[in-house]
Amino acid sequence: MDLSAINPVLLVASLMVAATPILIAAIGELVVEKSGVLNLGVEGMMITGAIAGFATAVETGSPLLGFFAAAFAGAALSVLFGFLTQIAQANQVASGLALTLFGLGLSALMGQSYVGVKPPQMSDIHIPVLSDLPVVGPILFGHDIILYFGIALTAAVWALLKFSRAGLVLRAVGENHDAAHALGYKVIRIRLMAILFGGACAGIGGAYISLIRVPQWTEGMTAGVGWIALALVVFASWKPWRALLGAYLFGGVTVVQLNLQAAGVAIPVEYLAMSPYVITIIVLVILSADKSSAPAALGRNFHASR
Amino acid sequence: MTHPLLSLQGLTKAYPGVVANDQVSFDIGAGEVHALLGENGAGKSTLVKMIYGLVKPDSGTMLLRGEPYTPSEPRQARADGIAMVFQHFSLFDALNVAENIALGMENPPAMRDLASRIREVSETYGLPLDPYRTVGDLSAGERQRVEIIRCLLQDPKLLIMDEPTSVLTPQEVDILFQTLQKLRSEGTSILYISHKLEEIRTLCDHATILRLGKNVGECVPAETSARDMAEMMVGTALQTPERSGRAFGDVALDITGLSVPAPSAFGTALKNVHLTVRKGEILGIGGVAGNGQDELLGVLSGETLTTDDAVKLEGAPVGHLGPVARRRLGILAAPEERLGHAAAPDMSLTENAMLTAATREGLASRGFLKWGLAQEFAEKVIERFDVRTPGPQNAARSLSGGNLQKFVIGREVLQSPEVLVVNQPTWGVDAAAAAAIRQSLLDLAAGGTAVICISQDLDELMEIADSFAALNEGRLSAPRPTTGLSVDEIGLMMGGAHGMEVAHV
Repeated sequence: MDLSAINPVLLVASLMVAATPILIAAIGELVVEKSGVLNLGVEGMMITGAIAGFATAVETGSPLLGFFAAAFAGAALSVLFGFLTQIAQANQVASGLALTLFGLGLSALMGQSYVGVKPPQMSDIHIPVLSDLPVVGPILFGHDIILYFGIALTAAVWALLKFSRAGLVLRAVGENHDAAHALGYKVIRIRLMAILFGGACAGIGGAYISLIRVPQWTEGMTAGVGWIALALVVFASWKPWRALLGAYLFGGVTVVQLNLQAAGVAIPVEYLAMSPYVITIIVLVILSADKSSAPAALGRNFHASR
Repeated sequence: MTHPLLSLQGLTKAYPGVVANDQVSFDIGAGEVHALLGENGAGKSTLVKMIYGLVKPDSGTMLLRGEPYTPSEPRQARADGIAMVFQHFSLFDALNVAENIALGMENPPAMRDLASRIREVSETYGLPLDPYRTVGDLSAGERQRVEIIRCLLQDPKLLIMDEPTSVLTPQEVDILFQTLQKLRSEGTSILYISHKLEEIRTLCDHATILRLGKNVGECVPAETSARDMAEMMVGTALQTPERSGRAFGDVALDITGLSVPAPSAFGTALKNVHLTVRKGEILGIGGVAGNGQDELLGVLSGETLTTDDAVKLEGAPVGHLGPVARRRLGILAAPEERLGHAAAPDMSLTENAMLTAATREGLASRGFLKWGLAQEFAEKVIERFDVRTPGPQNAARSLSGGNLQKFVIGREVLQSPEVLVVNQPTWGVDAAAAAAIRQSLLDLAAGGTAVICISQDLDELMEIADSFAALNEGRLSAPRPTTGLSVDEIGLMMGGAHGMEVAHV
C-alpha cells in the first residue's frame, strides 16, 4: 500500500472530470422535473448521446461537433418521450423506462462499427500564466471547455429558475398545471420545451463520457450514470447548486476509491466500488431533510379538459 | 346611446352528450353587481369560462362596450379589463404571494416594485397581505385575498367571482362584501356566482338564473325572496327536511380531553377536545376548512388511534381500536373527500359497498367475499337513496358528485349505525339531493342513532343539528343548542375573522 502515489492535485482535477457527465444530465433532468414531468429515460438519452457524439466526432474529426450531435440526438430521443406523455397522454414512468431500454438498444446498434476506435481528442484550455500556476492551474484552469459549460449551466439554470419570468412560469407549471392553464399558460408547450432541454443535456452528458472521460466506445458504457443523475435530482431537493455538490461528491468518491484500489488499500474492492453510491446518498439524504420540495404536479399528466 | 359593459347574446356551448349553455343572453351594466345563480351543473362555470376566454362558444356573440368581443385566451380577456377569481383557487402553494400575483399579470414589474404595489392596493381595499409569505401557509381567506389582489392590480372593469364565500367565516364574508361594495362605487362591475341566496340578496343589484344551461329568469334579488329564487333554480317546489321532535337517550359517544398532534406539516393538531353526543341527537360541528375537521373525523373513525379512554362508546373505551373494530361496534364514518377517501374511484359500487359494509352486513366470511350479498346491498343503497346510475357494476368515478355522495352516505346509513360521523355530507350536491341527504340523517337520528355532522355549510347545520360546536385551530368550542343561536355568535365561535381586521375601507 502506497498512499503517497496519490497526487491530490490530479485527484481534484480528475474528480471534476468524473462529475461532469452526471452534473449536466442532472441539471437537464432538474429542469424537466421542475416543469412537472418525470423522465426516467435519462440513461437511454445519455447513451444515445454518447454514441451519436462519438460517431460524429470520429467522422468529422471535431469533438465539438460531436457534442452538438449528442445534444441533438438526446433531444430527438426526448421528443419521442414528449410525444408519448404530453400528446398521447401515456404514463410517464412506463414511457421513461421504455426510453431507457430503447436508447440502450439503439446505441448498441449504432455503435457496432465504432468499438475500439479512438476518438479525436478535445484539447484542454490553456490560459497563459493562470494555467501554469502550481496546484490552482491544473484544478481550475486546465480543463476542457465542456466542463466549464457544465458549471455555467448550473449557474444559468439556478438564476433562470430563481430570477426570471420564464423560470417562474416553469415552476408554476410544475407546481399546479391546472392553475397555470387557467391563467393562460401553455402547459404542454412549456413541458415539451423542458423535456427537449433535458434530452439535450443528457446527450451532452453521455458524449462527455465517450469523448473525454473514457474516451472510447463500448456498449452500455454509461453504466447507470443516468440513474445516478436521476437520484441526484431528488436528493438535491431540486436545487441546482446541491446537484452540483452531489455530482462532485459522487465524482470525488469515485476517483478516490479508484486511487485507493490502485494503491492496494486493504479494503475489499467491492466495498470501495459501492462507496460512491453509499456516501453520496447518505450526504444528500441528510441535506434534503430540511424541507422536501418536490414539484407538486411531478409525474402527473395534464389534460386541458379535466 | 350607452352600451352595457358586457352583453351576452345567445351563447351556446355543447360538450359531447350535454349542452352546457343553451342560448344564454344577459347584460351586465357598468358598476353593477350581477349575480349568476344556479345549481351545480347548470352551466355557470362554462359561461364564465367563455367570458374569460378559457372556452370558445359554439355560437352566440359577446359585446364589450358595444364592440364584438371574442377572447381566444385569458390573456386577451385580461387585456380587455376582465379578471376572474376562481372557485378552486388557482394558486401555487410553493410560491410566495408576489410570485403568484406576478404569474397572473401580463407585464409584471420587478419583484420589489410589485411587492410595494401589493402592499399599497391591499391596504386600500382593506385586505392586508404580506407579499413574501408562502401561499401554502395562508388561510383560505388570505388565499382568496391573493386572488382578489391579483385581479385588482390589473385595474379590471369586470371582476368575475366564482363562489367566493364558500370558504369564509361570516366575518370574513363581511370584509369581502365591503371590498366589493367599494369596487362597485368606483365603477367596477362584478359578476358574482353563488348558490347562497341570502348573500346575493344583500349584495347584488341584479340576478340571472340558469337551469340546465338555459336562462330561466331574471330578478332583482333585494325584492325577491330566497325561497322564490331557490325554486327558480331547482325548477320545482323545494322540500324542506322535516325535523320531528324527539327525546335524546343516553350518551352514545364521549370524547374527553383529546389532544392529537398534527399528522402532517399542513395538518392541524387537535387541542383538548371535549364532546358528547346522545342517542338521537345530531351534533353539528362548524368551522372553516382546515381547522381540524379531517383530523377529528380521523379520530372518530379510528384512522387516528388515541389512548383507550380518550374516545368512549357507551362508556367503553374504543380509542385504541382501528376502523374495522369500530365499525363492528357501530361507529361508522363518511369522510369528506368522495373520490379517494370515502370511495375508491376506479372500483365498482358493489366493490365500494363491500369495502365499508363487509363487517356489519356480513358480506365476508372466513376471508371469502360474498359478492351476491354485496351486490344486493349496493342495489339497496342505489334504490333507497335514488342514486342515478345504470347499476352497481359502474365505477364510483363515473357517478356525478351528488350521486356519489348519496351513495356514500346511504351506504353508511343503511348499516344502521350506533354513531354516524359525516364530514361535509352535502358538499357540491344540488339542493334536491342535499335535502334528501339531510332528511336521511334526521330519520336516522329519529331512530336513535347519534349523528355527528361536520360541515362548513352553516345553513345546513342550523337546519338539522340539535346542538352546535365550532372547530377553530384544532379547538372545539363548547356545544350550544342550535335554537336561538345567531349568526354573529356562530361567527365568534368559529374564531371571528381570524385576526384579519379591516384596514381603512
